[in-house]
Amino acid sequence: MTYRTPVTDADLHAYVDDQLEAGRRREVEDYLHAHAQAAARVEEYRRVNAGLRALYDPVLGEPVPAALRPARRDPRRWPRVAAVAGWLLLGGVGGWLLHPAATVVTLAEGPMQRHLVQPAAFAHRIYAAEIRHPVEVGARDEPHLVAWLSRRLHTDIKAPALDAQGYILMGGRLLPSTDRMAAQFMYERADGLRVTLYIRQGVWKNEETAFRFASRDGVGVFYWIDGPLGYALVGELDRGELSALSEAVHRQLH
Amino acid sequence: MSGLEQQVVEHIPRLRRYARALLRGDALAADDLVQDCLERALGRMHRWRRGSDLRAWLFTIMHNLYVNQVRRAANGPRFVDWPEPDDASGAAADADIGLALRDLERALAALSPDQREIVLLVSLEGLRYQQVAAILGIPEGTVMSRLSRAREQLRAALTQGRPNTLWRVK
Repeated sequence: MTYRTPVTDADLHAYVDDQLEAGRRREVEDYLHAHAQAAARVEEYRRVNAGLRALYDPVLGEPVPAALRPARRDPRRWPRVAAVAGWLLLGGVGGWLLHPAATVVTLAEGPMQRHLVQPAAFAHRIYAAEIRHPVEVGARDEPHLVAWLSRRLHTDIKAPALDAQGYILMGGRLLPSTDRMAAQFMYERADGLRVTLYIRQGVWKNEETAFRFASRDGVGVFYWIDGPLGYALVGELDRGELSALSEAVHRQLH
Repeated sequence: MSGLEQQVVEHIPRLRRYARALLRGDALAADDLVQDCLERALGRMHRWRRGSDLRAWLFTIMHNLYVNQVRRAANGPRFVDWPEPDDASGAAADADIGLALRDLERALAALSPDQREIVLLVSLEGLRYQQVAAILGIPEGTVMSRLSRAREQLRAALTQGRPNTLWRVK
């Protein structure tokens, strides 16, 4: 068998990527029939391509975070409110939907934001993306995990069960917070989406129990204070979903 | 929303997929990159030539932003390039992803930024070599040689050590 021009490395890649014109494609096919080693290499390149798709195609099915969708009020620009205001704080009820500009409150460095919301969001950002070590102690050792965290936080901590909501406990870890210890529990949905529950003792004076919501860059935080502890539930979920989960957490821990 | 904006919006899932892979799985950093890209695109919509390939234009913008980011990171402290330990201590936690896929993911993360871009634009986006060359502003021959080297590394990661590993694709 002879070829118009020798089959090169570049031909093999172009064959794998389906970028050869028909005539050349047939020649490369003939060549591969005669050369088992090259054929095996092509097969492995295909597996690489398939593997990359398997790794990243799920992103295509994820809901697009609100921050990436164009704003309605100024059709020419994407919303820049988040970047301008930093953390957006929204009131307890759905004022956001009714009148965006009016209910956006620029985040002052209030104690709850500084000691609860921001560290919780930061810890989520670090660990929820982690593939190999998302948790320090796995859910298999839940009694140990809970006992350990309770001891270190000097108060009784519980890991709420969110199975009914479709979130399975993966485990948790101990974290340094601004000035105290904090506990983080991580949960995972069947599609891989993770939420974290961040718990720490408060330095805040007014012990409010109202649920509050903050969001930035598609990551939402629902947070509240219950007795000595502050809770922040963090996830790339919209407000309604996160709110429902927060209520489930609150019901079990209160 | 204008028709053109609607067209841009339709590309968001692909931009996110690419950014996620490019930034080694860091979902938040990836979406930051996508947001920067969208803002820049919308701010310069007048510079897009009607009838030209909108997707290629968006990926060009993202490439430029990414290059800036890599350059900035190279000048500052480098926290992100620390290799993951090779032990299996975290194995219980990530049961949902096949071993071979994880090797592949790690090999992709270990590629140089320009190699990673080329592999992803070709393998994930299915762009033609010529388009990739235009997006990255390099000759097509350079695309081919870098693609070849990068893919060889990914192939080695998949085949070495675990020749019989079965794919466990979700």
